[in-house]
Amino acid sequence: MDIVVCIKRVPETAEAEIKVDSSGKDILKERLTFDINESDNYALEEAILLKEKRGGTVTLISVGPPECEDTIRMGLAKGADQAIRVSNEGFGELDGFATAEILKNTIQDLSYDLILTGCMATDDGYSQVGPTLAELLGIPHAVLVTKVDLQDGNARVERELEGGLLEALEIKLPALFAIQTGINEPRYASLIAIRRAAAKEIKVLNAQAIGLERPTLRTRVENLFPPPVGKRAEILKGGAEETSKRLAQIYKSKGII
Amino acid sequence: MGGEMGKIFTLVEHRRGQIHDISFELLTKGRDLAAQLNSEVVALVLGHGTEEVVERVKGEAHQVLWVKGESLKEPNAEAYQIVLSHILKEYNPFLTLIGHTALGMDLAPPLAASLDIPLATDCVGIELEDKRVITIRQPYNGKLNARVSFADAPAFMITLRQGSFPSEEGNLTGKVVDIPSPLEKEPDYRRFVEYIEAAVGEVDITQADVIIAVGRGIKEKENLALLEDLADSLGGVLACSRPIVDEGWLSKDRQVGSSGKTVKPKLYMAIGISGAFQHITGMKNADTIVAINKDPNAPIFNVAHYGIVDDLFKVVPVLKKKILELKG
Repeated sequence: MDIVVCIKRVPETAEAEIKVDSSGKDILKERLTFDINESDNYALEEAILLKEKRGGTVTLISVGPPECEDTIRMGLAKGADQAIRVSNEGFGELDGFATAEILKNTIQDLSYDLILTGCMATDDGYSQVGPTLAELLGIPHAVLVTKVDLQDGNARVERELEGGLLEALEIKLPALFAIQTGINEPRYASLIAIRRAAAKEIKVLNAQAIGLERPTLRTRVENLFPPPVGKRAEILKGGAEETSKRLAQIYKSKGII
Repeated sequence: MGGEMGKIFTLVEHRRGQIHDISFELLTKGRDLAAQLNSEVVALVLGHGTEEVVERVKGEAHQVLWVKGESLKEPNAEAYQIVLSHILKEYNPFLTLIGHTALGMDLAPPLAASLDIPLATDCVGIELEDKRVITIRQPYNGKLNARVSFADAPAFMITLRQGSFPSEEGNLTGKVVDIPSPLEKEPDYRRFVEYIEAAVGEVDITQADVIIAVGRGIKEKENLALLEDLADSLGGVLACSRPIVDEGWLSKDRQVGSSGKTVKPKLYMAIGISGAFQHITGMKNADTIVAINKDPNAPIFNVAHYGIVDDLFKVVPVLKKKILELKG
C-alpha cells in the first residue's frame, strides 16, 4: 500500500490576532507561529497507521517555500518514508485549483494506491484541493472522511454529513480521501526520530521539473478586510472581579440564577 | 455577460425526503442575482422519489430541471457529478450555486474542474460589480473577510456557506422539465453503503436550559473540571466545539455545530471558543449568548450578546464564586 499525503504549512490563526499587511492581500505573519495544517496532521497519522497495518510506503508532498521543510521533517520523524517539496518560487498567488494542478503534475508519475489530504486548510479555508486533485488524476474520492478500512482493491470509508449523521461508502482504489479532524490521535515524534529525520533527504522540485510553468489561477484575492461589525456583543469592562460580578448580576436579572 | 441567457442554476439538496435549508438560501440568492441580471433562476432536482421535493421548490424558481433515477436515490457526489456535468454542458448557465455542505464540498470542486470553470468555495457574499462577479469569503478562521474575483470565463460556480444568506419564500411558478438521467446505475467506483446514525449519549444537550460550551482555549483536558464547576453552579451542562471532541476530551454527543448538535438554550456560554462558522451554526439562536475569549477580534463576539475579553482561567473561578454568592 503506497500512500501519498499532501500537507500544508499554515499560520496558527485560531487563537491569534490576525492583521492585514500593507499589500492588503495577505496577513502579517511575523508574529504568528506555523505548523502543519490541522486536518493534514490527521491525514498524515492515518497514512502512517495504514502503513503500519499493511506495509508499503508513505510519501509526503508539500507545495511551499523552504520554511515548510520543518513541517515536512516532522512528518518524516513521525513515520513517513520520503518527501517532496515543490518550490512555490515563481508561481505567485495560488488558489485551490492551482495548488491541485501543481500536485497533479507532481503525483501523476508516482505509483500510489491512496492519496490522503486534509479536508480544509485553516488559512484559506477552500476545502478544494483534495477533491479537485482527484478529478485531475481521474480517480474517485470522498471528503470529510472519518474512517478508512482497506480491503482488496477497495476501501470502505465513513464520511461526516450533518447533525452527527455519517454515511458509509465503498470506493475503488486508487482513490483520494480528504480526511476530517478527529479520525485518529496524531502521534508526537520522539526526539531520536526527529534527530534522525533531520538527516533525511527532501527532494525539491521546481516548476520546470514538474512541467508546469504557470499554474492556472482561476480566482484571485482582491483584498482582505476586517469583517463588518454587526450587532456586536456588549463587552463587559474591567478585571475578572468586575466582569464576573456584572455577568452574575445579568444572570440574576434574566432569571437564570 | 457570458453564458447563454446568463441563467442562474441552483442545486436543490435533499436527503431522506428532507430538503436542506441551504437549498432555499441558494434559491433566494439566485432570484436576487437573476433580477439584477434580468435573467432567470433554475432549480436542479436530482433523485428518486422526489415528487414532493419538486412540488415544494416549484414556486421558488422560474424553471425546475428534474432528473429521476434509482441510481440517484442517495446524494452521491460522483453520481451527481456525472448528471450535473451533462446538464451544465448542455444548458451552459452563467452561474451555478451549490451549498458548501457535506455534499457540496464533495461535489463542487471536481464538477467545476471537469467543466473547466472557476469555482469559489464557502462564500458568504456574492456581488455583481460592473458586470463582474465578486465573492466574499472568510479565511483565517473567520477573522478576516476576503473579496475574491474570478478569472475571465463564460461560466462560474460558487458554493455558499450555510446560514449566511437569507431564505425567503418565492412566488414564481416554475415550469417543471423532465430530463432523462444520463446515469444508468450508481458508479461502481463509489457506492453508497449505509447511513450511520449519531450515537446517543448520556446527556441530551439539546434539552438543556443552560449550556457551558468550551473550546480550544481550555488547553488541557484537566481544565474541564473548572468548567464543570461553573456548569454546576448554573445548573447547566457541559458542551463543546469540535477540537475538544477531536482531542477525545468530550464525547461527540456534546459537540455543538453543523456536524454536531443544534441547540437553543436560555443561556449559552462560549468559553475559549473563537467561533468558527461551523460552531456558530449550531448555537446562534440561543436566547442569551455570553463569550469569554482573550482575542477581542474572535468572531464569537459577533454573535454573543455579552462578552468578556480576558483569560478564561482568570475569569471562570471568580465568576463561579459570584454566581454562588448571588444565589445565596
